Amino acid sequence: MASELIVNGRPHRLPDDPRVSLLDYLRHDLGLTGTKKGCDHGQCGACTVIVNGLRINSCLSLAVMHDGDQITTIEGLGTPEAPSPLQRAFLAHDGFQCGYCTPGQICSATAMLDEIANGWPSDASASLEGRFEPTGEEIRERMSGNLCRCGAYANIVAAIADVATESDA
Amino acid sequence: MTVHFKQDQPATDNRLDTMAQGVIGKPLPRIEGLAKVTGTAPYAAEYVCENCAEGVLVTATITRGTVVRVDIDGAMRMPGVVAVIEDDRLIARPAQGTANEAPKQQPRTVCYWGQPIALVVAETFEQARDAARRIAVEYRDDGDVAVTPAEVAAEEQEDETVREGNLDKAMADAAFAVDATYTTQGHASAAMEPHAAMAQWDGRTLTVHASLQMLNYNICELADAIGIGAENIRLISRFVGGGFGSKLGISEEVVAASLAAMQLQRPVRVVMSRQQVFQGIMRRSETTQRLRLAANSDGALTGFGHEALVSNLPGEEFAEPVLQSSHFLYPGENRELVLKLARIHRMTAGSVRAPGEAVGMPALEAAMDILAEKAGIDPVELRLRNIPDKDPERGLPFSSHKLAECLRQGAEAFGWDHGSRLARQRREGEWWIGTGMASAARVHNVAEAKARVTLKADGTAVVETDMTDIGTGTYTVVAQIVGEMLGLRPERILVDLGDTRHPRGPGSGGSWGAASIGSAVYVACMAIREKLAAQLGTDESQLRLSDGKAGDGQTLVELLDGSDIAQTGHYEPGRIKDDFAASGFGAFFAQVRVNHYTGETRVDRMLGAFGFGRVLNAKTARSQCLGGITWSIGMALTEALEFDPRDGHLVNRDLAEYHVPVHRDVPDLDVILIEERDPAASFIQAKGIGELGMCGGAASIANAIYNACGARIFDYPMTPARVLAAMPD
Repeated sequence: MASELIVNGRPHRLPDDPRVSLLDYLRHDLGLTGTKKGCDHGQCGACTVIVNGLRINSCLSLAVMHDGDQITTIEGLGTPEAPSPLQRAFLAHDGFQCGYCTPGQICSATAMLDEIANGWPSDASASLEGRFEPTGEEIRERMSGNLCRCGAYANIVAAIADVATESDA
Repeated sequence: MTVHFKQDQPATDNRLDTMAQGVIGKPLPRIEGLAKVTGTAPYAAEYVCENCAEGVLVTATITRGTVVRVDIDGAMRMPGVVAVIEDDRLIARPAQGTANEAPKQQPRTVCYWGQPIALVVAETFEQARDAARRIAVEYRDDGDVAVTPAEVAAEEQEDETVREGNLDKAMADAAFAVDATYTTQGHASAAMEPHAAMAQWDGRTLTVHASLQMLNYNICELADAIGIGAENIRLISRFVGGGFGSKLGISEEVVAASLAAMQLQRPVRVVMSRQQVFQGIMRRSETTQRLRLAANSDGALTGFGHEALVSNLPGEEFAEPVLQSSHFLYPGENRELVLKLARIHRMTAGSVRAPGEAVGMPALEAAMDILAEKAGIDPVELRLRNIPDKDPERGLPFSSHKLAECLRQGAEAFGWDHGSRLARQRREGEWWIGTGMASAARVHNVAEAKARVTLKADGTAVVETDMTDIGTGTYTVVAQIVGEMLGLRPERILVDLGDTRHPRGPGSGGSWGAASIGSAVYVACMAIREKLAAQLGTDESQLRLSDGKAGDGQTLVELLDGSDIAQTGHYEPGRIKDDFAASGFGAFFAQVRVNHYTGETRVDRMLGAFGFGRVLNAKTARSQCLGGITWSIGMALTEALEFDPRDGHLVNRDLAEYHVPVHRDVPDLDVILIEERDPAASFIQAKGIGELGMCGGAASIANAIYNACGARIFDYPMTPARVLAAMPD
């Protein structure tokens, strides 16, 4: 049995204690502290990571449930030397202030844009089928699981819209 | 070298507008921003530390009484537990902002539900969490105590009281009068990073990585709490995941981690759970406010009354300063302002973003809307007619006053309709649509500050201070001031904040950070400029520095010739604080939709225009305004602490039940930064902007709800139930 999970392309052994959340495993056991703990109850989105291409709240998931999974954290999306387009856009639009919700916002937005591209509807969509445009209202609805107490929402939406429009072109 | 400057006079000859580098005020991206967006910026709990034990706080499950016994032996038998810290030095409440001494200790005496009483330390977080949950605690419960303000007689805060003329007579004689009572519910700061501390003790020095706003005060609070000298403590807060007042003073986890690390002789980390943050950290008091406005036939105020009732725990000095801007915003020679405090057993009340005006202004500005309607005067015009030419109570001149410009420019940019303000005029399907506006005001604060600036021989600069950046933009604006004054591109400047080994800044709070530390940095830079000028044999005022060169000639590297120049700037506000009334001003405009059937309110667009002196960075200043407006939306529509009336425990103690605004609650927001210099506000002619954006904004939404659907609501937040109840048939 291969009891391991792949984080940002590297294999790691699952923890012995089954109580360890995926969030605490990333932060504590692997030292990947870019993923943040804001509430530990799936209410704030600061811990958002991408598992097999889908965004999840890592605090609501136990590490041992992820045998064989591919996990991407903020550290896997880009680095200070080579930031991702969303990371650059957040910087340019000042899409953060204290920075604590930011990795979660960026991981969430990365996967969210794929959801739009893959034709997943949202509450803001006019219909359940067809092609969805990354409008401000679509972005706001789909990002509403990621809280930002500093109140950078207006800039976050502008940053995401910028990247969404670029990748469309 | 330390250069001390005490500001007694307005700074009319400030250099920042005449320098050559051209970076001050520019919308530069944050210099620490790349670290934040890539997840590489370390917050308090995230430092790598060998052999670190994990602590979890144990909290009281009674409201008032005594802890008789904590079953330490039982806890020690649980897997991984290494200690239970039950020490009289543990603090039972967080320290108030600028307290500079320990808050109430001896946590065996319980004064509110959820008070931390002990700390369980274990090898792993999971073990500590489990043991803290299962540890047996015996109490002696004192039974029923007052947990709501209505249960007790409130104490008048006499320092706040103003009684001038005869308000009752002014109300009776007025052409138009408003007498209205408003309530606001409690608020939580709810910073995204939970309170956290990681303490290390080497037998001599206690080093604590913590999430704190005001290290210069916090170090004394911690020293006082644990009984060692401040010189044996080092506090580090390089990145703070939001504060909003909740990290002004030390809180329970800082002392608990410190005592545990000293007792166990190993590092200990304590991170509060979200529920513990809600239960054990500062709340903003609920308020009940009575507004009385008397106006003559032109709408000019002849009488002004504002009374407020707030609450706090016994023993706490802090009383939400609801009337703070009411003392000077509007005239009226007949005045009555009274603040009362009820002593009740809910968790500590303290500063939450914009203490005072955050709740006082929304009540006042909603009452002003009623007055405008009664007088048949456009609400913008009513405010323009009521701008005093000096502080109406103290008679002081204003340091600067941009309310009129904010009202006019804001109204124009928003497309404010100065015509008829009849309610219920526009309906689209289920939705009523309307607009509203409100004034903004927030007192300006400025404080003593020190910062060391070193111009290095290699032509770079380093700034060192224990000042913090809690998302406010300190790192970047400090670099911009140094860059402008010393002719350096910001990427040549290292800003090293949040470490008590450095000269002491003022900390972040009361919107005073940038103006205060910026002035200290400015003082240091002026001293460096003097030295450079002397070396060049010229006068400082003639020194033109840009891109690392002096004039068109020598580079700074050549000029420095292998040696650094280090200067510590020590800024102290002097008589400017006594000689002027200083405040930021602004205006909010909102358009809302209100659902006729459900009472749901959606904010369609919102604009704020703000005057707060010099803008140090147009991007980060705008972001502060966006944040404030977003908080205005939360206060207007969703945010409310709900307490159980039986035992005072907080019912909605997490982010699923306490509703901060989410993405979809916040539309595109417009911000206008009014061009202004305020020489009497600080040495760099800047005022604060961290709080102004929420001081009245909720009223613009309340007034827009009325204009949309005819519902006058006197209780914030304006939930669907309250809107429906107030909506005419």
